[in-house]
Amino acid sequence: MRLAKSWVISRKDFKAFRRKKNVLYTLLIFPIAISILLSAVLTVKQIPAAQLSSLLPAFAFFYVILAGVVPTAIASYTIVGEKVEKTLEPLLAAPVTDGEILLGKGISAFLPSILAIFGGSILFMVLADLATQNTFGYYYFPNVNTALTIFLMVPLATLMSVEWNVVVSGRVTDVRIAQQLGGLIVLPFALIYVLGEINVIPLNVTNNLLIISGILALIDVALFSLARETFQREEILTKWK
Amino acid sequence: MIDADGLTKKFGDLTAVDRLTLHVNEGEIFGLLGPNGAGKTTTVRMLCCLISKTGGSARIAGYDVGSEADSLKIRQLIGFVPDNVGLYDALTAYDNLDFYGRLYDVPDDRRNEKIRQLLEMLDLWEKKDVLVGTFSKGMRQKLALARAMIHEPRVLFFDEPTANLDPEAAKTVRDFILDLKKQKRTIFLNTHNLDEARRVCDKIGILNTSLRALGSPEELERNVGGRATVIVLEKLTDDVRVALKGLHVDMDIVENEVTIRLESPEKENPSILDAVFRAGGRVQSATIVGSTLEDAYIKLVRKEAVP
Repeated sequence: MRLAKSWVISRKDFKAFRRKKNVLYTLLIFPIAISILLSAVLTVKQIPAAQLSSLLPAFAFFYVILAGVVPTAIASYTIVGEKVEKTLEPLLAAPVTDGEILLGKGISAFLPSILAIFGGSILFMVLADLATQNTFGYYYFPNVNTALTIFLMVPLATLMSVEWNVVVSGRVTDVRIAQQLGGLIVLPFALIYVLGEINVIPLNVTNNLLIISGILALIDVALFSLARETFQREEILTKWK
Repeated sequence: MIDADGLTKKFGDLTAVDRLTLHVNEGEIFGLLGPNGAGKTTTVRMLCCLISKTGGSARIAGYDVGSEADSLKIRQLIGFVPDNVGLYDALTAYDNLDFYGRLYDVPDDRRNEKIRQLLEMLDLWEKKDVLVGTFSKGMRQKLALARAMIHEPRVLFFDEPTANLDPEAAKTVRDFILDLKKQKRTIFLNTHNLDEARRVCDKIGILNTSLRALGSPEELERNVGGRATVIVLEKLTDDVRVALKGLHVDMDIVENEVTIRLESPEKENPSILDAVFRAGGRVQSATIVGSTLEDAYIKLVRKEAVP
């Protein structure tokens, strides 16, 4: 696989995204809104330090859930969008392999999403530190568990969301259906969050975060294979109307 | 340059292209004519390695169309303009060409120059920084031609390149195709437009799932459409009428004008005219008329496929 070819496709998508305001807004609004909302909760009411210690990791895990949501806007558009705009045929006629196209599409959905989520999470950590410094007597963020959550689990979850959306968009013929089915990827992350909240999988335990990350990494590998397997150029060209 | 031998494509029980055999020489413009659903687009898609073939074989510049290993090489040496031009509306004209230039490995130092040359040639240089979404249909078609030429391919496939274009834009496209021929490029043109095919193609195939005829436009008009002798008489008498009926030929009579459809007028005219003279007919004129490509086309697409 030639990475340079995939990067050409990604660069083209980045240029197109810059002119698609709805994609840009979706990308930015969620992380910023969530960051402001979560920080606001911390400033509205004085929460005891013991309660904050379990609440803040849970809040940080919100960004893993966000990693399931944010790429959907771009990733579900990748293949279906090309087909809807009838740009896929000349692209498939160019000397690029299916794997290079999929990787390029994956990068173009992954990079803006992860940057937006990182931006949002940093904003949240700064605002949360300002809100909780008096309670703790020190800055809670950054710490090891949050670093694992944001810088390991969030990229893995983003990758999983991107790959799932690429799989879905390679199979359906409508952008809206692709987005609806693509959005289902958020369910496992929401489940982990709930299990964390009811203390079945405490999210402030480093080992738990590492195990979840390992499982996400395995799913990512499996999904990439599935995406390559399910991307049938002939079916896309002949069956989609 | 393009060879197909028994090329077949089936979608389940439906045969889209049946045992297509053709050969296109280097520098030739080949036109594939046929009604909607005849298999023209499927043929081009198979030759461009976009879809697989079900049977037969095909080669482009010696590379095997069915081979996974050769498909990237084939795609590198061909240019393709699909019926829906497939340009990125959210990108400028320049960015559209730049994207494909990079995909086709056109080196950085040559890419800018090539884009400029193509856009100038097609009167689009002034619009290079304009979003393609604002382009007219004719401008989009011209830009798609430029895109197909960005890597200077040896073989070009055009699927209905002038469909729904205004006459001026259609002429620009046709002139561009003729310019490519001068550059010795091989062109495979799918079209509905018989006049266009007549004007630009060296060779024409008429397809209706299977290939019904293959030859130069002149050959198809002559051999498939058939020809006729039109005899204008001073007066059509009953004796002449009886004499002509005695020849057992396919003819129409309108007043004093007799049109006789013949396989080979040059061979059959002397005996026909002899019969007319012997019946006392006085001939004002006798003319051989050819049929048009349209006559040949209609005759062929209506004809049942030869098993």
